[in-house]
Amino acid sequence: MRKILLTTILTLGLASSAAFANEGAHKLLDAQGSYEGIFGRFDRAQVQRGFQIYKEVCSSCHSMKEMHYRNLGEKNGPYYDPKFPNANDNPVVKAIAKGYKVKDVDANGAEVEREGTPADAFVSPFDSDYAAKQANGGALPPDLSVITKARHGGANYVYSLMQGYNKPVPHGVNVPEGKVYNPYIAGGIIGMPEQLTDGRVTYADTPENKGIKATTEQQSADIAAFLQWASDPHQTERKKTGLATMLFLFIFAIFTWLSYQSVWRNVKH
Amino acid sequence: MSGPSKYVPNSGFEKWLDRRLPLIRFAYDTMVDFPTPKNLNYWWTFGGILAIFLVIQILTGIILVMHYVPHVDFAFASVAHIMRDVNGGWLVRYMHMVGASFFFLAVYIHIFRGLYYGSYKEPRELLWGLGVIIYLLMVITAFMGYVLPWGQMSFWGATVITNIASAIPVVGEPIHKWLLGGFAVGQPTLNRFLSLHYLMPFVIAGVVVLHIWALHVPGNNNPTGVEVKDVEKETLPFHPYYTIKDGFAILIFLMVYVAFVFFAPEALNHPDNYIPANAQVTPAHIVPEWYLLPFYAILRAIDFDLLFIPAKLGGVIAMGGAILIWLALPLLDSSKIKSMRYRPLGKIFWFLFLVNFVILGFCGANIGEPWTTISKIGVIYYFAYFLVILPLLGIYEKPKTPPASIADSISGAH
Amino acid sequence: MELSDSSHTNGHEGQPTRRDMLHVATGAIAAGGAAMVAWPLINQMNPAADTMALASIEFDLSTVAEGSQAKVMWRGAPLFIRHRTAEEIARAKKDDSAPDLRDKQTDEQRTMQSDGKAGKAQYLIMQAACTHLGCIPVGVTESGYLGDYGGWFCPCHGSQYDTSGRIRKGPAPLNLIIPPYVYLSDTLVKIG
Repeated sequence: MRKILLTTILTLGLASSAAFANEGAHKLLDAQGSYEGIFGRFDRAQVQRGFQIYKEVCSSCHSMKEMHYRNLGEKNGPYYDPKFPNANDNPVVKAIAKGYKVKDVDANGAEVEREGTPADAFVSPFDSDYAAKQANGGALPPDLSVITKARHGGANYVYSLMQGYNKPVPHGVNVPEGKVYNPYIAGGIIGMPEQLTDGRVTYADTPENKGIKATTEQQSADIAAFLQWASDPHQTERKKTGLATMLFLFIFAIFTWLSYQSVWRNVKH
Repeated sequence: MSGPSKYVPNSGFEKWLDRRLPLIRFAYDTMVDFPTPKNLNYWWTFGGILAIFLVIQILTGIILVMHYVPHVDFAFASVAHIMRDVNGGWLVRYMHMVGASFFFLAVYIHIFRGLYYGSYKEPRELLWGLGVIIYLLMVITAFMGYVLPWGQMSFWGATVITNIASAIPVVGEPIHKWLLGGFAVGQPTLNRFLSLHYLMPFVIAGVVVLHIWALHVPGNNNPTGVEVKDVEKETLPFHPYYTIKDGFAILIFLMVYVAFVFFAPEALNHPDNYIPANAQVTPAHIVPEWYLLPFYAILRAIDFDLLFIPAKLGGVIAMGGAILIWLALPLLDSSKIKSMRYRPLGKIFWFLFLVNFVILGFCGANIGEPWTTISKIGVIYYFAYFLVILPLLGIYEKPKTPPASIADSISGAH
Repeated sequence: MELSDSSHTNGHEGQPTRRDMLHVATGAIAAGGAAMVAWPLINQMNPAADTMALASIEFDLSTVAEGSQAKVMWRGAPLFIRHRTAEEIARAKKDDSAPDLRDKQTDEQRTMQSDGKAGKAQYLIMQAACTHLGCIPVGVTESGYLGDYGGWFCPCHGSQYDTSGRIRKGPAPLNLIIPPYVYLSDTLVKIG
């Protein structure tokens, strides 16, 4: 019975992953992100570049409502600085937040616009979903806060989608006026035109960015890394805690096994 | 199994308490001295594993409610708040989310172990029946819990499953509206689902107490299916023998669970549930959580009218019947032999039932042909196992002779 | 009981054995594990990151005109930020050694930054909660002010504070609480 059930568990596992894994039509490209896997960690400079792309390109249409400027300076974030354990004091984060105008009400209840602070959520490009649709030909640009969790393939989906433009349209696919063909989106028709053309952004001239050219591929990989981080800012901490927990459980299990053997040593069963 | 109590109060306080409220005696008799067959294998450790998971789910659930907001406008954001801002919130939520899956994995192993070793047979019919009730309550709880994050799958899963009620003739529509508190899934639905999702685990815990009580009267079944004849020779006190063995098994199971919690927490989740609920767009492909897929396949397999029963009602009857039929199992299985070890044909049919159940799971996850046809065959075998095979097999099967006693089986085995 | 005892000791009555040590070690690991699991379950009730992000705020003092006071929310409760007139400052300094000061503090101490450096006499930053039972006192220019000291008056039980926020009369035991703050520039102050 043991063997039978073990096989069943394995098949069940496979069944569920098979059931959920594949719905998109086209096989995704692999971004080979440094963040993949148990030991995978983010490349800080890459996440910074990704944020730059979000800021300069994506954020003109896409909101990130769950993100706050302080997140950028929190532990494992792209602008974390051990000198400022409280991200609110981090000058880089403060400067980024200051660049935005935030709608607020003052002490008298009057509507005002003030400078952003690290505690503020990322400012959305449109006031409402309705306004966003109006400005984008009726299609709502999705919020990007958890986009890599909300799409099959995660970061690789973003990486592929950004590079999925200018492909030959297959027979039978009708591309409506104002839309574009992209094999990586479900249905193959996307409202967003190509964004990350070569040199769309100019990367900061830092030692980490030396030799990195803003090609379509590079920018796609960078934005994918940023969105992967933003979807789950605690993932590095999670993996580290996981390794420690597994090690602990392993030792605990060995001791329990020895105790078990010792308790049962005289029992024939 | 439960003979006279062997508990001897030691201290003055224990003696004082024992004459008034024999709590320690009760704990001693049920958790320390309880005579347990020597020959239980690892499949018997899943009861303890399930108890641990009930505790994990209740604890993490209580914590999540401290931060969750049951409002259609804030539910999704409050889950994001838990994941991002609450101290260790990501851990608590992932423990709860992955915990649900592992709870069901353990309960399925527990159920199929019972089916294999005939643990539902006399004198354990009630023990089995209580277990079926626990499983039903778990399904209801899990379904309502899945609605709470208020993603697309939450919303549309709730829509599809509550529509089941509307299949009932005449009173279906009023019941449907009553369940939802409106004409569609909305704020009242979310609020009551949270309330009931919070209540149910405590109901489950209550039935678990009855389940364990009903176990302690006849005592454990065992792999031979032969009842204990000599308590001295054939049993061991539960503590330390089975506490340590269960403890070890729990740790191994926890290691797999923890690996998922930390390294692949989203593996068993559906991406669509990270898209906020939208009443105007249905996801391309609605699937329940993996542990409900076989029953979802049974629901969908009935896509034809049967005599006077419309397809919609037929599917609901088949799905409900697929679980409720377990209650009748002690009456349906006519064999005198408990353990499939000694039932050469029963063993094969049991294995086919298991495979069939897994295949139904695949069918539940996929749409179109050939899955529809396969799921129909699956439904037929599912019900035939209970209604035809087990009743007839007891009459026609020629079983092997089980050992005369557990003691015989132990001395023969090594 | 007998059975479990015999499995713990090895022949010699009452003598701890290597086996006992093994069980003790296993138990100790279990206890350690329980403690490690307990911590996140307890810590989750502490203020979350979004709450902590608002635990310190920056305020531009140039928005408060002389002789007026701003009410600013900080850590879920209001603060008074008063831009005092020269007259009010003089009155506060004059009372530094008044005999009826219940909670002795000089006006200089009342405007000191939390790093111990001298602050600015014209700006008085205080928590807007009466030290008696937590009501919000009424300022001298607001309606309902009934005090004698030109500062604040608590409408709940009549505590009176002077122009330095010191308790002078009524049931309150302490001066209005000064939150921790430092000046980042001439007009920018970081509170908390």
